[in-house]
Amino acid sequence: MARTISYREALNEALAQEMERDESVIVLGEDNAGGAGSPGEDDAWGGVLGVTKGLYHRFPGRVLDTPISESAFVGAAIGAATRGLRPVAELMFIDFMGVCFDQIFNQAAKFRYMFGGKAETPVVIRTMYGAGLRAAAQHSQALYPIFTHIPGLKVVVPSSPYEAKGLMIQSIRDSDPVIFCEHKAMYDTTGDVPEDSYTIPFGEANVVRDGDDVTVVAIGRMVSVAEEAARELSTSGIEVEIIDPRTTSPLDEETILESVENTGRLVVVDEATPRCNLATDISALVAKEAFGSLRAPIEMVTAPHTPVPFSDALEDLYIPDAQRVANAVKSVAGWTR
Amino acid sequence: MNDAIRKVVMPKWGLSMTSGKITEWIVAEGEEVSDGDDLAEIDTDKIAGTLESADAGVLRRVVADVNEDVPVGATIALIAPADVPDSEIEEAARLAREELESGAVEEAAGPVTGTVTVDGRSLAYATLGDGAEVVVLVHGYGGDKNSWLFVQEPLADGRTVHALDLPGHGESAKDVGDGSLDTLAGAVLGFLEQRGIERAHLVGHSLGGAVVTAAAVADPARVASLTLVAPAGVGPDVNAEYLRGFAEATSRRELKPHLGALFADPAQVTRQLADDLMKYKRLDGVDKALRTLLGTLLDGDAPALDVVPLLAKAELPVTVVWGSDDAVLPVSNARSLPDPDAVHVVEGAGHMVHMEKPNALVAVVSEKRR
Repeated sequence: MARTISYREALNEALAQEMERDESVIVLGEDNAGGAGSPGEDDAWGGVLGVTKGLYHRFPGRVLDTPISESAFVGAAIGAATRGLRPVAELMFIDFMGVCFDQIFNQAAKFRYMFGGKAETPVVIRTMYGAGLRAAAQHSQALYPIFTHIPGLKVVVPSSPYEAKGLMIQSIRDSDPVIFCEHKAMYDTTGDVPEDSYTIPFGEANVVRDGDDVTVVAIGRMVSVAEEAARELSTSGIEVEIIDPRTTSPLDEETILESVENTGRLVVVDEATPRCNLATDISALVAKEAFGSLRAPIEMVTAPHTPVPFSDALEDLYIPDAQRVANAVKSVAGWTR
Repeated sequence: MNDAIRKVVMPKWGLSMTSGKITEWIVAEGEEVSDGDDLAEIDTDKIAGTLESADAGVLRRVVADVNEDVPVGATIALIAPADVPDSEIEEAARLAREELESGAVEEAAGPVTGTVTVDGRSLAYATLGDGAEVVVLVHGYGGDKNSWLFVQEPLADGRTVHALDLPGHGESAKDVGDGSLDTLAGAVLGFLEQRGIERAHLVGHSLGGAVVTAAAVADPARVASLTLVAPAGVGPDVNAEYLRGFAEATSRRELKPHLGALFADPAQVTRQLADDLMKYKRLDGVDKALRTLLGTLLDGDAPALDVVPLLAKAELPVTVVWGSDDAVLPVSNARSLPDPDAVHVVEGAGHMVHMEKPNALVAVVSEKRR
C-alpha cells in the first residue's frame, strides 16, 4: 500500500525490488559497500548520501565498491551491460562525469546504432545534481542538458519520491543507457509511494497541476518550486498548468504543445545554466511548433550563466525560487503588445 | 459546550482525503434541517459530493466559508434547537473558528485498513464502524475499495462496513489466477471466513455485482442479502469498447477519453481520478490481471457472464440499483432480471452510481436493513 517515504527511501526500495526480481541487476560505485565491517558500522555506507544503504548485506556479491576512478567503473558497468548484466552505477556527482564522458557518450550511447541494432546496453548511471547543499562549484551543477544533447542516451530527472521509484524501476528494465539524475537536496523530501513495484514510462510528461492561464514546464526539483509559485498565484487569480517532463530525453513534446495551445503562455523553469539548457530547448520547440498559439513572449527562469557560488547568500540567489517563477508568470500573464 | 449544540464536521471520504472545500451551502443560517437533509456541496481532490445532516434542528451558524480549505474533522457549522441562546452559539462558533485557524484539528477516525490471505493471495480491505450488522462492499472492474468513499461513512452509522480490494485490484495481490467468477467469489468468501464474519450483507458494483451473486450462491448461509449496483452478468448489453479501452490504455492521454463512459456528468472525470487510475495501472501485474479479467467479462463484444440463473436460484433478499444514464452496462439490462420491477433506477447517475449519487445508494441499502 502507499505510505509516505522519502526520495532516498523510494530509490533504495526500487533498487532492492529490482535486485530481488532480477539477478542480473548489480550495483556498483564509490562507497556503496564501503564502511561495511569497520568498527561500529555493521552496514555499508551505501554511497556518499546513503541511497544504497542496506543492499550490501541483502544481496551478497552484487553490491560492488569501486576505486575512485569514474572512467574505470563507469566503463566497467557499460561493458558488463553489453554482456548481459543490468548494472546500476553510481557516479557520485554529475560534476565528475567529465572524466568518464568517453565511456558514456562515445561508447554506451553509440553501441546500438553502430552495431546495427544488435547490441543492447542496459546500464543505469545514477548521479546527483543540483545546488543548495553549500558544496561549491564542482559539486553543485545541473548538467542534465549535456546528456540530453546526446542521441542514444535516455535522461531521467525525477521530481518526487513517487516519480523516483517508478522511473528507477523503468530505467533498470530499459535496455538502453539511462542517465538518472537525482537532486541531492531532495533526498529527504517525502511523498506517497506504493509498496508494490511499478513503472513510469519514459517520454510521458506528468501534468502536475491543471490551469488555463499560463503553462509552466519545470524540470526535477523545479517542479516543487513551480508548485509553490502556483499556489501563491492562484490566490491572485492566475491558474498555472505545471508540466513535469519526467524525462528530458525522450521529451514528451505533445503534452507541452497541447498545454500551450490552451494557455497561449509559457514559462520554463530550469536549474541549469541558461545556454543550451532545457529552457532554451523547450522554448525553441514551442516557438517553432505552437507560434500561432502564443499570446505573449516566452519567459525562462534559470540559473545565471556563472559557476555555482560557494557563498551561502549568493548560492541562494543562484537557484531559481518561487518568487522568480511567480514574477515570470505574472509578466507573461499581464503582457500586452 | 451545551450538548444541544451539534457540530457539523468536514467528513472523511476515503483514506486519502485530508481536507475539503465547501463549494455551496445548500442550507442557510437560520433554516430548519432534518436528519438526512442535504447540507452542503463539498469538493475533495477526488470528486465533489453532498454532505447530509446527521442531526435535526436549526442551522444556527456557518463556521467555514465557501472555498475555504478545511481539514477533515474540523467543525464547519453548528446545528442546535432554536431555543439555545445566541450567546452560547456565539461562544461555540468562536471556539470552532479558533480551532480551525490554529490548525489544531483532531483528524476524524478514517477507515482502518488491513489484509487477509486467501488462496495464497493477500487481500486488502478498509473497515469503518463497529456495529453488529456487517456490510461488505465489492468494487467493479478496475476499481478499488476507495471507490466507495462517499457511501462507506454514512453506511457505517451503526454497522461494520468493510470495503474490499478484489484480487488484481487496489492493494490486493495482482495475481487473479484464472480470473473466473468463482475465483473472485472465493476471495470474498475467504475474506468473510478469515475475518470471522458469519453473515454479511454484500453490496457489489458492476463486476463486483456478479461476484457477490456467485458468492451468495456458493455459500448462502454467509450472505444475508445482496445489493447489486449496475451489476455485470445481467442482460445482453455491455460497452466492450470502454472495457477494452480501459484495459489497454498505457497513458493518461489514452485513458481519459474512456473514463467519460463511467459518469452521467463528464465533469466527474477529474485529472486526479485519471492520475489515480494510471498509478494503479502502472503497478506490476495489473496489466495481466486486467487482461485476464477482460476475458471473464467479454466474449467478443458481448457479455461473457450471465448471473441471471444464479439470481433465480438465490433465496435471499436482492435489491438492484441502476443509474438511468449508465453508458457501460445500460439500465435496459435490468429487463433481464427475474424481477425487473424491483430495480431502483437512480435518475441522473451513470455507471458509478455510488460516486455520482451516493445518497441514493445509501438510502436503498439502509432502507432494506431496517
